[in-house]
Amino acid sequence: MKAVLILAVKSAWARRLTLGVTLCAIALASALLLAVERVRHDARQSFTQAVAGVDLVVGARSGSVQLMLHAVFHSGSATHNIRWESFAAIATHPAVDWAVPLSLGDSHRGFPVLGTTADYFERFRYADQRPLAFAGGQPFTTVFETVLGSAVAAELGYRVGDRITLTHGMETLGPEHADKFFAVVGVLAPTGTPVDRTVHVSLEAITALHLDWVGGAPLPGLTIPAEHVRKFDLHAKEITAALIGLKNRTEVFRLQRHINSYRGEPLMAVMPGVALDELWQTLGMIEQTLLAMSALVVVVGLAGLLATLLASLNERRRELAILRALGASPRDLFLMLTAEGLLVTTLGVVLGCGLLAGGSFFFAPLLQAHFGIILQWRMFAASEWALLAAILATGLLASLVPGWRAWRMSLADGLTPRN
Amino acid sequence: MADGAIQIRDLLFRWPRQPAPCLDIPELNIAAGEHVFLHGPSGSGKSTLLGLLGGVALPERGEIVLLGQPLTRLSGHARDRLRADSIGFLFQQFNLLPWLSAIDNVLLPCTFSARRKTRAGNARETAARLLTHLDLAAESWHKPAAELSVGQQQRVAAARALIGRPEILIADEPTSALDAPRQQIFVDLLLTEATAAGAALLFVSHDERLAAHFARKITLADINRAGVPAS
Ligand SMILES: Nc1ncnc2c1ncn2[C@@H]1O[C@H](COP(=O)(O)OP(=O)(O)O)[C@@H](O)[C@H]1O
Ligand SMILES: [Mg+2]
Repeated sequence: MKAVLILAVKSAWARRLTLGVTLCAIALASALLLAVERVRHDARQSFTQAVAGVDLVVGARSGSVQLMLHAVFHSGSATHNIRWESFAAIATHPAVDWAVPLSLGDSHRGFPVLGTTADYFERFRYADQRPLAFAGGQPFTTVFETVLGSAVAAELGYRVGDRITLTHGMETLGPEHADKFFAVVGVLAPTGTPVDRTVHVSLEAITALHLDWVGGAPLPGLTIPAEHVRKFDLHAKEITAALIGLKNRTEVFRLQRHINSYRGEPLMAVMPGVALDELWQTLGMIEQTLLAMSALVVVVGLAGLLATLLASLNERRRELAILRALGASPRDLFLMLTAEGLLVTTLGVVLGCGLLAGGSFFFAPLLQAHFGIILQWRMFAASEWALLAAILATGLLASLVPGWRAWRMSLADGLTPRN
Repeated sequence: MADGAIQIRDLLFRWPRQPAPCLDIPELNIAAGEHVFLHGPSGSGKSTLLGLLGGVALPERGEIVLLGQPLTRLSGHARDRLRADSIGFLFQQFNLLPWLSAIDNVLLPCTFSARRKTRAGNARETAARLLTHLDLAAESWHKPAAELSVGQQQRVAAARALIGRPEILIADEPTSALDAPRQQIFVDLLLTEATAAGAALLFVSHDERLAAHFARKITLADINRAGVPAS
């Protein structure tokens, strides 16, 4: 039997060109299927990990998913800002333990800039209630200071003490706030959340940057140098959103209703978990469709394998008769053909895993920058093992067909095949 | 005849979905080391008989005894073993696995039969010696079988049938792909090697001219009561 398996490998090697093409098809198909599953899995993982300990996210009235995506993942944009008075009113509500304001809209070389208070570093929690930690430096204390997420510092090579400028809007080539330098005073430890890709400054800094701006452009003829901004009132008049923690979580629905019916302006409060559930529901259909389509691609790949093996079987009729004369049993020939199919499938899947690994390495930064999805460099999750097993099982099933054909053929042909 | 190479009694064989039997042989004995020329027109059932002797098909009735073993009463697995251990086969054409080298083709029986591997001793040397005896130049030994001429391929196939000294050699029209002058040379080579190995040789052909060097000559029609089906 071992002899037959060795011959199976040698025989397959002799037909490596055809089998190689089939193998590549299987590899690409498995990589596609695994990639879809991985992105699906890791998207949930990274979205779920990104906020913890926040009971409500408050912003101008829009969609709850939209508000979540903007406030927590800094993707998309807010329709409106909310007034500082509204925020102050909510922050002083008796049920509220803490409230952190967020102001978004600027960027630094593609990384979003978040204006907030130093409280943010105290209050923010991610994954299983982990607080933020500083890899170096400390929170900002004055206007022109900034704290960088770990990925910002790593990718742009910044260290505490460096000086950077910010860009108006999210475009990398947008207008620069070129005259106002920020000193890097702190760098955060990696969290695996959007925090890593965020540039943190104080709310006052956001106001200061826009003193001499109207709309999206600097006021012509008016520049207010950095050393003079302190003479102005830098208190924020508007913010984008706020994160709220409650003293008692059972109050959450009451406070949510209170905020949603706030008289001053149309506001909205969403529970992060609920908003994420809503997001999954919207994405669920798309995910299922994508998964089903990539599964179909795998089936097509394996059907190609089946076709290749069956086609080769006719040319190899003579070969099987020779092996039979040498003492191979019909069972041996069955094994030989099945093993060949399984070998090609297995190698295809292994190559597919390699492609997945290479692909995630290559595309992970893109996915994280554009969608806030953090692809993990990790072993397979249970759902991915299940997919691998399913591909191999289907490959085995497909390989049984030529095996069975070889068995039947060898019984009918004996030692002298008749064509 | 207890230690005969091949004994057939009362053999009846019919292909599936065919009304008339193909073979009906009351008796055939071939002694150990005997060289027999089996002759019959195309389609008369010669190859069918060889398949039965190899144990890849079973008769409807009757008994085949190979080297004292009742082939027809053995399990499929045991028949495959007996074939691997004791019979060297040689066919008309396309005897070799085209993607193996000549010498690896010769060595194949040693991977299927531990007995023939043991009897071959140093298998590579034995293979080389057989190929030399059969006049295959050493530069061809490591070429893929597909690159050899038909004549060379038949000589490699003969070496493969001989390696590990099986007691029975069965050759099914091994010369019909060769041109006339080479046919006789090949038969002589085969007979010499079979004699050297002490193997019984059952040589099948529709070409009676090749019978000259055989001590015993059988016409299939003489032993087969089923006769030739009208084609
Ligand atoms: N695998 C097979 N299935 C069905 N009939 C067969 C098979 N092989 C041979 N036959 C039939 O058996 C008869 C004898 O064929 P064969 O043994 O090949 O003759 P020979 O070798 O003498 O030319 C023929 O009529 C042929 O049609
Ligand atoms: Mg024949």
